[in-house]
Amino acid sequence: MRRGATRRAWRAVGLALRAGMLAALVAIAPGVRAQAQVPAWSDVLAKARGQTVNFNAWAGDEKTNAFLQWVAAEVDKRHGVKVNHVKLKDTSEAVTRVVAEKAAGRTSGGSVDLVWINGPNFLALKEQGLLHGPFSQRLPNYVRVDTIGIRSNVIDFTLPVDGMASPWRRAQIVFVYDGKRVPTPPRSVRELAAWAQRNPGRLTHPSVRNFLGVTFLKQALYELAPDPAVLQAPATDANFAAVTAPLWAWYDALKPSLWRKGAQFPDNGPAQRQLMNDGEIDLMISFNPAEAAVAIEAGLLPSSVRTVVFERGTIGNTSFVAIPFNAANKEGALVVANFLLDPAVQAHAQDIRQMGNFTVLDMTKLTPAERKRFDDLPRPPALPTHAELGVTLLEPHPSWMTRMAGEWEKRYTR
Amino acid sequence: MTLVRAAPIATVAVLVLPVAAGLAGTLLPAFDYLPAIGGHTLGLDAWRRLIDYPGFGSSLRLTLTVGLVTPLVALALAVCVAAWACERRAWKRFTMAVTPLLATPHSAMAIGLAFLLAPSGWIARAVSPWLTGWEVPPDVGTVNDPHGVALAIGLLVKEVPYLVLMIAGAQEQVRVRESLAMARTLGYDRVTAWVKVILPQIYPQIRLPVLAVLVFSLSVVDVALILGPGNPPPLAVLAVRWFADVDIAFYFPGAAAAVLVALIAAFAVAAWRALEGGVARFGERWIARGGRTGMTPGAAAAASMAAGLLALGVAALAGMALWSVATQWRFPHAWPDGIGLAGWARRVGELAAPTLTTLGVGVAATLVALALVVGCLEGEVRNRGRGALPPGLLYLPLLVPQIAFLFGAQVLLVRTGIDGTFGAVILAHLVFVLPYLYLSLADPWRALDPRFARAAAALGAGPVRVLWRIKLPLLRRPVLIACAVGFAVSVGQYLATLFAGNGRVATLTTEAVTLASGADRRVIGAYATAQAILPWLAFAAAVLVPSRRRGDA
Amino acid sequence: MSDGGPLELVDITIGLPGRVLVDCLCVTVAAGECVTVMGPSGCGKSSLLAYVAGTLEAAFAARGTVRIAGRDVTGLPPERRRAGILFQDDLLFPHLSVAGNLAFALPPSVRDRAERQRRVEAVLAELGLAGYGPRSPGTLSGGQRARVALMRTLLAQPQALLLDEPFNKLDAALRDDVRRFVFAHAAQRRLPVLLVTHDAADALAAGGRVVELGGGPSPGDATSRPEISQGH
Repeated sequence: MRRGATRRAWRAVGLALRAGMLAALVAIAPGVRAQAQVPAWSDVLAKARGQTVNFNAWAGDEKTNAFLQWVAAEVDKRHGVKVNHVKLKDTSEAVTRVVAEKAAGRTSGGSVDLVWINGPNFLALKEQGLLHGPFSQRLPNYVRVDTIGIRSNVIDFTLPVDGMASPWRRAQIVFVYDGKRVPTPPRSVRELAAWAQRNPGRLTHPSVRNFLGVTFLKQALYELAPDPAVLQAPATDANFAAVTAPLWAWYDALKPSLWRKGAQFPDNGPAQRQLMNDGEIDLMISFNPAEAAVAIEAGLLPSSVRTVVFERGTIGNTSFVAIPFNAANKEGALVVANFLLDPAVQAHAQDIRQMGNFTVLDMTKLTPAERKRFDDLPRPPALPTHAELGVTLLEPHPSWMTRMAGEWEKRYTR
Repeated sequence: MTLVRAAPIATVAVLVLPVAAGLAGTLLPAFDYLPAIGGHTLGLDAWRRLIDYPGFGSSLRLTLTVGLVTPLVALALAVCVAAWACERRAWKRFTMAVTPLLATPHSAMAIGLAFLLAPSGWIARAVSPWLTGWEVPPDVGTVNDPHGVALAIGLLVKEVPYLVLMIAGAQEQVRVRESLAMARTLGYDRVTAWVKVILPQIYPQIRLPVLAVLVFSLSVVDVALILGPGNPPPLAVLAVRWFADVDIAFYFPGAAAAVLVALIAAFAVAAWRALEGGVARFGERWIARGGRTGMTPGAAAAASMAAGLLALGVAALAGMALWSVATQWRFPHAWPDGIGLAGWARRVGELAAPTLTTLGVGVAATLVALALVVGCLEGEVRNRGRGALPPGLLYLPLLVPQIAFLFGAQVLLVRTGIDGTFGAVILAHLVFVLPYLYLSLADPWRALDPRFARAAAALGAGPVRVLWRIKLPLLRRPVLIACAVGFAVSVGQYLATLFAGNGRVATLTTEAVTLASGADRRVIGAYATAQAILPWLAFAAAVLVPSRRRGDA
Repeated sequence: MSDGGPLELVDITIGLPGRVLVDCLCVTVAAGECVTVMGPSGCGKSSLLAYVAGTLEAAFAARGTVRIAGRDVTGLPPERRRAGILFQDDLLFPHLSVAGNLAFALPPSVRDRAERQRRVEAVLAELGLAGYGPRSPGTLSGGQRARVALMRTLLAQPQALLLDEPFNKLDAALRDDVRRFVFAHAAQRRLPVLLVTHDAADALAAGGRVVELGGGPSPGDATSRPEISQGH
């Protein structure tokens, strides 16, 4: 899944956390906390009509772009709210903009109304008080969200969401392989390294500046760390080196067997998928369990690709939408966030012919008619079943990623 | 006419103010000063962080090698092409063939080359597996390679045609035919005669374009994003990367990187000028030795390399056009597995908005630039040639790395609250459109026989009427071609659009570069093709618009 | 210096589409002789010289044999014909000094730098321009430039000398001096000289035979065979 797949600045987050300097920025007018009266949803709908929502969303995936375009048309039709997809190369661009507007004193009429966000970008905005909310529980459709079975819907990278963002789709790590060339795919990171050594040049991962790239390292860390439980607390100077030592040993052994001998990496998930489609690699990490099925359907991967999940489980998380504190069109943004949670919309999103992203809703909270929409979706062989997805591991604390990305850069950037 | 009086002032303002203010706006945060984001005291922390970046050394080395070697190679190739092809029919053909390549945005070309050169790219597909035995692509880094070879090739494909056309233009100012005839009757072969007699005469006129190529190669961002390495990238890309970082603290080392690029560019320009002096002294002695032959084989080889680059460029664009209509195209198939217009039909809606924005911004920037340039040239002609803008000034925005002043200019735009608006983007494009439009219109305008205007004035026509009824119609074709040049420059702008548009104004170029980082190649193909077609249409319109009267200049 | 061979033009025909400029011209210029081709402008005089020198533009259709000192040079590129030429304009290269222009013409077989310099200085001294070597040609007077141009052409050791109205742009006062200078040097080297001009005074100064080119200015009007008006 590429929802978070374009963030670069892992180190930055750690710095942002520590930087008292940033706190100084935030000093003027937090403003947004005072949500004295909560207006009724009908008022929101009325106010939203005629607004144009600048929806800042990473735009590196055509399927997602097409889905957002469909959302725009539907929301306009149903609620008279126009959606302008502001296409981001990297979600951090939107964060930068909100921060810059804050710095320039623009506390209202901001240019970002809604942003697709999670992980460190969410953390950066939430910690700096740059988000509007809490708002998610005001959304009528939020009642169907699975807040028990899917913990990542309420805890984003160990950070409580606190209603400051609304979920809209799910991600879990899987590995996509070419069934024609890889008869028995690896089922653990150790097997992965062994496979790569037998098949040099046929495995890569996205650049570690990219979300999916650092996720590759995180997944390995989960399996290799002496005690993965420590990953749920912030990394410290005291434990980071010891916890990650097995990871670097594993990576040092793997790196020479990677595509381009580990000297180059694709920029992001789609670039990695393009390599697979071009036959340059045989095996790749993905954050979307439906990626293989969707990509085959779209002609973006050969029909021989299949999906595998590691035995001990893989990391999963949730994509959110959030509203910056100074958004000019908050009501319209709320309407869009609510629309994204509509069961019919979620089923549309999960359809591999559309976007193919697993839903954030709780099936037991749906009416039979609503559930049938999900049951009727196509299930090609490249799509794993719920059972095959196995255990979903929670995202480690962002500080681990930040430090890992920094450490990786130190070790391997020449 | 007030326009005539205001135009030179406005033109100088457009050329100088953004560059000067932008440079200052980059310089201060490079030394830790930007109170808006917490930098209250001057210091060297930004530089320390830049130097501490793990890949700083490689990034610097990459910037220097690509930035210095590429212009040298580009100049050498362009000179060899001109020397080899002079007085041959190939010269005319070459200069005609390069025009569409030159009009094509850098990024569209880079996107096409990325597919062409990749180990799974079109070239490899054409010879696999029957010749190479490759059932799967070989594991070699032919694009995004750590040494920047692919990046250099991408730059050369655009820079060689540019310099060739500049040489062609400069030759118009020199008596090429007679000088060559003289040298040849003295026993010099064609190539040697050109190098020893014509090149030294035209070099002063191509110096500024050569320096612009030098600065561009040192500071390019869009091509480097597509063809260059990422780990680490060249300094200019590093600056953009840090500029867009979530953590605004990275603004400081980003600004330092941008300033470093500017410093490198300044030193490179100074070094180049010093080198010119050395080469001139050596050249004088070399010419005095009287050698008359022996350069033809080298020039011919270089010329075929340049022709090869030309072919790469054409194939790159063809490959993207083909991808845009491919239903599926897998390695090692030399041709798409299926072809259809369904992809285009599906993407028409998606392409419409950025296409309209590109058109709107391009037309607006071109028209404003045209008004200013015509104002300047009118004033110059009426003052009997006094008040011509010095070429150095016109080239200013091309001789200062874009990254170095756009970085700071954005802060100004945010401050004035016009960041992210169409107006801001048009303004930013104007900085680059104006010089090119001026340079392409100035010569025809000055060459217009002043007697037409005098005759009209004698018949009682005022200056405005003379301009509209006599000069513009007479200069219709050069005006249209200059507009096409300006429009093509606008279409190609990546960094200016990104910074002034604050990411919110999406043109075909910004969209294509965004997508190039990994979207479906069929989509990228559609964007790159649309991006290339717009300037071509502008040129085609300029060339094909029927002459209203005989005697159109 | 020269081996004294003749310049032979055999059946030279030059035309543009729809127009014949020179029709079957046959002339032999003996070593040390000067033949003048006369005609109004546009009659093809300069094209004739360009054809002999090998620099005729591709737009012209031309045939006929050119022999210099007994060598058939018709198919050779200009640089291998050893036909020196002087134009109306001196065409001294502005990017080279006066000495540089002269050294440019000195054959590379003279390898030693000091020797090359010595020869250039000798020429300058002969022209009364000693010390002018480092100067830019633009600083010389018209007469000085014309002489330097001639010496440059002669330094390349041509076997024939072609003069394309070289005195035309000179001041009337200078013209005579330069003419005499040129002809004297050509005679001294026993070069065959072919002069084209529309100025009868040039022909008179050259003192040799005169060939009139008819110069049919209108398309389709074929020129008659040129007649030899004054001969030996």
